[in-house]
Amino acid sequence: MDNMLQIVWLIPLLPVIGFLINGLGRKQLSKTLTGIIGSGVILASFLISVFVFFQVKNGNTYLAHYFDFINTASLKVGFDFQIDQLSSLFLLIITGVGFLIHVYSTSYMREEASEDFAKYFAYLNLFVFSMLLLVMGGNYIIMFIGWEGVGLCSYLLIGFWFKDNSNNDAARKAFIMNRIGDFGFLLAVFWLIAKLGTTSYHDVFDQVSKLSSFDITGITLLLFVGAAGKSAQIPLYTWLPDAMAGPTPVSALIHAATMVTAGIYMIARSNILFTMAPLTQSVIAVIGLATAVLAATIALKQNDIKKVLAYSTVSQLGYMFLGLGVGAYTGAVFHVMTHAFFKALLFLGAGSVIHAMGGEQDMRNMGGLKKYMSITHITFLLGCLTIAGMPPFSGFFSKDEILAAAFAKNPVYWGVGVLTALMTAFYMFRLYGMTFLGKFRGTHDQEHHLHESPLAITIPLIILATLSVVGGWIGIPEVFMHGGHRLELFLEPVFDQSNTLVASLNQKHELSHTTEYALMAVSVVGALIALLYAWNKFSKYEKSTQEETGLAKVVSNKWYVDEIYNAIIVKPVQSIAGFFSNVVEKKGIDSFVNGVGKAVNYGSRQIRLLQTGQVSAYMLMMVVAILVLFIIQLFL
Amino acid sequence: MDQNISVTFPHVLIFFPLLAGLITFLFKKDASVKSWALFSSVITLVFSLLSLYYANNKALSGLDFNYEWLKYLGASFSVSLDGMGRLLTLLTAISFPIIFVATYKNEYKNANLFYGLLLLTQAGLMGVFVATDALIFYFFWELAIIPVYFLCSRWGGEKRIQATFKFFIYTFTGSLLMLVGIIYMYLHTSAIHDRAGTLISEHSFALNYFYAVQLSASAQNWLFWLFFIAFAIKMPVFPFHTWQPDTYEQSPTAVTMVLSGVMVKMGLLGLMRWLLPMFPQAVAKFDMVIIILSVMGIVYASLLAIRQDDLKRLVAYSSIAHIGLMCAAIFTTKQMGLEGVMIQMFNHGINIIGLWIVIELIEKQLGIRKISQLGGVGHKAPILTIMLVVIAFANIALPLTNAFVGEFMMFSGLFQFNRWLTVIALVSIILAAVYTLNMVQKVFYGEVNSFTAAIKEISLNEQIALSIIVVAIFLTGIYPQPLFDLTKDSVTDLITKFK
Repeated sequence: MDNMLQIVWLIPLLPVIGFLINGLGRKQLSKTLTGIIGSGVILASFLISVFVFFQVKNGNTYLAHYFDFINTASLKVGFDFQIDQLSSLFLLIITGVGFLIHVYSTSYMREEASEDFAKYFAYLNLFVFSMLLLVMGGNYIIMFIGWEGVGLCSYLLIGFWFKDNSNNDAARKAFIMNRIGDFGFLLAVFWLIAKLGTTSYHDVFDQVSKLSSFDITGITLLLFVGAAGKSAQIPLYTWLPDAMAGPTPVSALIHAATMVTAGIYMIARSNILFTMAPLTQSVIAVIGLATAVLAATIALKQNDIKKVLAYSTVSQLGYMFLGLGVGAYTGAVFHVMTHAFFKALLFLGAGSVIHAMGGEQDMRNMGGLKKYMSITHITFLLGCLTIAGMPPFSGFFSKDEILAAAFAKNPVYWGVGVLTALMTAFYMFRLYGMTFLGKFRGTHDQEHHLHESPLAITIPLIILATLSVVGGWIGIPEVFMHGGHRLELFLEPVFDQSNTLVASLNQKHELSHTTEYALMAVSVVGALIALLYAWNKFSKYEKSTQEETGLAKVVSNKWYVDEIYNAIIVKPVQSIAGFFSNVVEKKGIDSFVNGVGKAVNYGSRQIRLLQTGQVSAYMLMMVVAILVLFIIQLFL
Repeated sequence: MDQNISVTFPHVLIFFPLLAGLITFLFKKDASVKSWALFSSVITLVFSLLSLYYANNKALSGLDFNYEWLKYLGASFSVSLDGMGRLLTLLTAISFPIIFVATYKNEYKNANLFYGLLLLTQAGLMGVFVATDALIFYFFWELAIIPVYFLCSRWGGEKRIQATFKFFIYTFTGSLLMLVGIIYMYLHTSAIHDRAGTLISEHSFALNYFYAVQLSASAQNWLFWLFFIAFAIKMPVFPFHTWQPDTYEQSPTAVTMVLSGVMVKMGLLGLMRWLLPMFPQAVAKFDMVIIILSVMGIVYASLLAIRQDDLKRLVAYSSIAHIGLMCAAIFTTKQMGLEGVMIQMFNHGINIIGLWIVIELIEKQLGIRKISQLGGVGHKAPILTIMLVVIAFANIALPLTNAFVGEFMMFSGLFQFNRWLTVIALVSIILAAVYTLNMVQKVFYGEVNSFTAAIKEISLNEQIALSIIVVAIFLTGIYPQPLFDLTKDSVTDLITKFK
């Protein structure tokens, strides 16, 4: 037990082994074996992570150096791991939720050809590996390896069905948007290197006092660009809704256990830098809030079940950034955790529905599924209640913590946050109503085909539903329970530096208990009203052929953001490239060179007559002459 | 014993391919020519690997083979292997067997000439990388280039004559400028005396004598440009690059691989071994100009790559962008930038050869290489596709592939030189993702169409060649340290000389 930390390297290595076995043996392995290997390695990683969790519970930090990744006169970067409370919590989320998604996939992807099935599991393992590397790394470079790795894996998995070019477009979009974020991340790292000569967390955080406030603001803003790309914030969020082109369990993996939480992790990891940069904090809070609202409005009008969930993820991520922006690091990480539970639950539940519907994703053709799939229905309902922030489910506690911190910073943040919460309750119960309540609106064939999913699908749903319900109790606020908030206590060593700084500046605003109760009451009652209204309205939903008009049309077209990006970025870049290619290159540089060439060509026509045209003759003559010269010199 | 072995390496690396090439001319039967070329290139590789093992890491002149050639002119056949030299000769030595294996099934008319010329080029490249005498350097520089004229003009594509002519004009101009520069420098070197103090020669071509020349500021300035343009054409750097897409497009693929994988490194080596230490003041004066030019070139070439429909031209522009970054990093004269350049010189060569192999395989089977006509290759040739995807991601410098560390350090070095230029240059990582993934998607994903219906999985020799590339990508991507260790002293040496 004591040397459990000595084998943390196994946690990322096991998924790599799974990746290699399934990737290389994809032609030989049976589907059952592939599934066992693919899920088994993640389970093993999870078990080690559990042990690791108990090791770091007392506030220990474990640093491991494996080999020199870069060791030169100018830069030293070790292949290092840093295991502390923050990383160990993420390890549990990634491997735990990741494992359930793997199990679920063994059934969900069963219809793929055996080779594709193995390829799928190989990618899934690689995805988990990259994410593990990201959170285990002891410096920004190792983090960046995982950071780009998840980008790569999302690219491979979103485009998993690569015959269809719209999937490929979505995959490419995801990668490129992420690269725009990486652009910021890299610049921040260069800046750190230029100023401090190191990338290791430990050294950077020790030396923050050497950085001017301009440096810190610049570095944190650039890091935030990276986070915005990975965690789908304005203006880089549009890839995430498109990313649902991949198989549904992949969406669950991207939205819950991996990938999008990377940005939150990175900022939480670098918390001291952000605490020292109030300007950046405000930017993050405002962008997070704006993203939360914008995505929520879009989700109100979507009819594709996965699209609604996708926008809800963007919106929930906005909350997390709001939390980071107001300095509620624990709250943000808490929400990452609860969100991982309920969002995985919702996506996997949606997958179960889509499966039963024979691939149908349009909620207008669903309805009344309650009586056909009871486990999916009940677990999904619990998920909806959790995301809507109903007490005592986990989402309530984490969202409440962020909102309370937001209120302390600026009541306007809180107001907008609550408004978003109301919209969340509304669109989630719109989704629930349209899917599970009312009459079935699909075709007769589909109705005949409706069934509850097999155990490999329902068991993960049940586990995730349980976690969604009780997972919040580790963060019950002080108001309710003296000695509560075990999570804050657990994470304290990670945020210690920031807390000390805030305390020294006297910036911490404590809310009175009355205020806290009042805030909670407002958001819960508001969400409850929105929830009941939606429940009532959409349980009687009828398909209508009426076109949306006015604002509703704009919203259902996602505010035309993709179209705007296309017009102001993609098209201009294309035309500039075209201008360079056709005008500057061909008519400019090249025609000048060709002009010179023609002149020389003309002049050389006479000289050309002297040449015999025998290649070998030229070469032999030249080389022999040189050799002869050389040999003559040798003897003289 | 070791010492004796090690001093012979540089000239073995030159003369073995030279001899092998000359022997190749005498061959008649085409099949045996290929085997011979492959065999001899493998032997060269073995020598190169041995040189890594035996040679210790000294700066230039550590491993000297110095023969007084034209004694009274002050020219000697002096060659030397330092870390940078060993790295580049290793790249040369690895590239040729891979190229020969990958194109083993290709049939060339007059194969003896074709392979003979290629081996001569290899000898020339080796010579350029080890020469420590300006005359020798110039000689090998030409020996490397001249066979390419013939290879391209005889075995090239439809427009090979125009392309070769353009290539010739460019490189010939460069060579002339450099020759003028070398002669001027030569005439300003000090005299050589032997130990007894007797005058041997009025001047010297030796590298050390060139380094020691004291020049006025104005002389440094114009000499700087003479050499720079010669090297810039070879690399090539914007705006001296337009020969490259045409030549790459028209040359037989084996030649294109040599040109882009190895020969462009002649220019980079030229900058680091010759130009920077000879004209430090001029470098300090013009560094900004060159770096701005390079950064412009990076973005310009990346944008152009987005618009290319021909796979070969796409890779050509992508390479111009990558080389531009190396050139910029060199002129920052920052330790980190130079360390990055060193390992990137090697890795860029591996990756681009990999890309050419894939393109060659597609073109050979289907007769087309227009992105707009291709599609769905992934369904028919999954192994080829996996290899290509790995190489493509190496081309955009994904971490744990070989190009990442080098690019990271070059950008980081550039950042220490100038932040805003780095911001502009770094846009290329986004553009690179755009054009590379676009290519992967259009060619390999999607539905099979009438053009691509005939494509089959690649054959064994092609799989071997690509596997070597892929293994190299991961090996140096995950553990780049040996390459840093190899070139460490060259960088330190350069930095000291520059200061």
